[in-house]
Amino acid sequence: MIQLSNVCKRYPGGHEALKNVSLALADGEMAFLTGHSGAGKSTLLKLIALIECVTSGQIMVNDKNLARLARRRIPYFRRGIGVVFQDNKLLFDRTVFDNVALPLVVCGVPHKEIARRVRAALDKVGLLAKEKMPPITLSGGEQQRLGIARAVVNKPPLLLADEPTGNLDPELSDQIIDLFHDFNRHGVGVLIATHDLRHIERLKLRRLTLKDGAIVQDSAA
Amino acid sequence: MTSYLLRHLQVLFYSLGQLARTPFASLVTVAVIGISLALPAGLYVLLDNMQRVSGAWDGAAQLSVFLKRDVSERAGLALAQKIRARPEIASVNYISREAALAEFKRLSGFGNALNALDGNPLPAVLAIRPASPHADAATLARLGKDLQAMGEVELVQLDLDWIKRLNAILDLARHGVWLLATVLALALTLIVGNTIRLAVLGRRTEIEIIKLVGGTDAFIRRPFLYSGLLQGLGGALCAWALLALVLALLAAPVQELAALYGSRFELRGLDVSAGLALLALGALLGWLGSRLAVGRHLRAIEPR
Repeated sequence: MIQLSNVCKRYPGGHEALKNVSLALADGEMAFLTGHSGAGKSTLLKLIALIECVTSGQIMVNDKNLARLARRRIPYFRRGIGVVFQDNKLLFDRTVFDNVALPLVVCGVPHKEIARRVRAALDKVGLLAKEKMPPITLSGGEQQRLGIARAVVNKPPLLLADEPTGNLDPELSDQIIDLFHDFNRHGVGVLIATHDLRHIERLKLRRLTLKDGAIVQDSAA
Repeated sequence: MTSYLLRHLQVLFYSLGQLARTPFASLVTVAVIGISLALPAGLYVLLDNMQRVSGAWDGAAQLSVFLKRDVSERAGLALAQKIRARPEIASVNYISREAALAEFKRLSGFGNALNALDGNPLPAVLAIRPASPHADAATLARLGKDLQAMGEVELVQLDLDWIKRLNAILDLARHGVWLLATVLALALTLIVGNTIRLAVLGRRTEIEIIKLVGGTDAFIRRPFLYSGLLQGLGGALCAWALLALVLALLAAPVQELAALYGSRFELRGLDVSAGLALLALGALLGWLGSRLAVGRHLRAIEPR
């Protein structure tokens, strides 16, 4: 599903965010990516979602070599990955329903089908009752779940999440992680960047630890 | 295919909604486009009207062919018959020497002086009108040369210089209009481009997110292109209306002036086909301007 070989990422200015990282995530596997802030977690996720480009090395995602992907193919590639952002990246001038519908609208899914699938995704994250509300009226946890609903609505085989529990209380963040775990049980590959070690101990899943841009630990906890 | 059209229709209405959300800014843009289109369109109408006036004069162009004095009336009539058969000729009127003399006597007031002459000094004349009322100077000149070459013809008289000059002035004006139209079209493209650029920058976050969830450039571009097209179209409609208004205001004074010259000339506005062409041009330029602006700025907005 994901395969990184000797990946380096250097930002303009010389900062080396990732140093010679190699790792593999199998189809339908779920793993946590941990490390202090600045260790390179976000950079790694951005490289996989092709939001950033590698400086050297190779990344294969969903059987595609990202270096060989033409610019115009990038949107189609991104449709195969659901990304949950720390800041959610919601559209605040559209309703909850329209936010979740966006990935389906850009794919040209027929209207009826969109309504059905958006409601299924909202139901899954427990926001069905709030579909007509603007996202600004939702609580932090609800906004996070809205971001997750949008990430899963077009059923991508891979989910990436960057600090999805960033500023939520423990109970809410457990709910969120359980939600991801549930998707994983339905066969979706999941990679979650988090510095919250509690989840890792709770769920006994694979853990990849980054330090100063290098993988220092890879354990099936 | 129907779903494709449906999606475009949705985007069209979405863009209309976006424009309606900022009515003042949209109206200002449309008005600016309208004025910059009305200028060349107005000049076009002016030229069109001038051409109609000068066309009427062109139609009055008449060739007078003076026959040699020894050509008999029968030969003259036969020649008239022959010339009448040519396709570029509308009518040939044979004026015999006697008729010419009678007319001259009647019109000139020198009747008595002519009586003193022992013979009729006047030649027979063929008064020829070209077939096309818009026969241009070159055609007339060629016709004149052909007639001059005939054996029976003494002299062909046609005064074309003033028509040539007028046509040259009109030609110059026409070139001027095209140049002005080109410059204004460029300005219009830039105006729309700038509006769209601001719209693109204003919706930066939205564009970023759409790119993140897999929206193609074409998908993101579509509403902006429709927006540009609609603004161009609105501007063209505005120009048409502006032009109609100006012409309506000028109609009475023009009629008065024409009446003084004994003419029933009336100002003519844009006809339907020219109007539709104006609308198409406005829409096209609006689309083009937004295409250029969006293409440039879309690449710069990438999710981070």
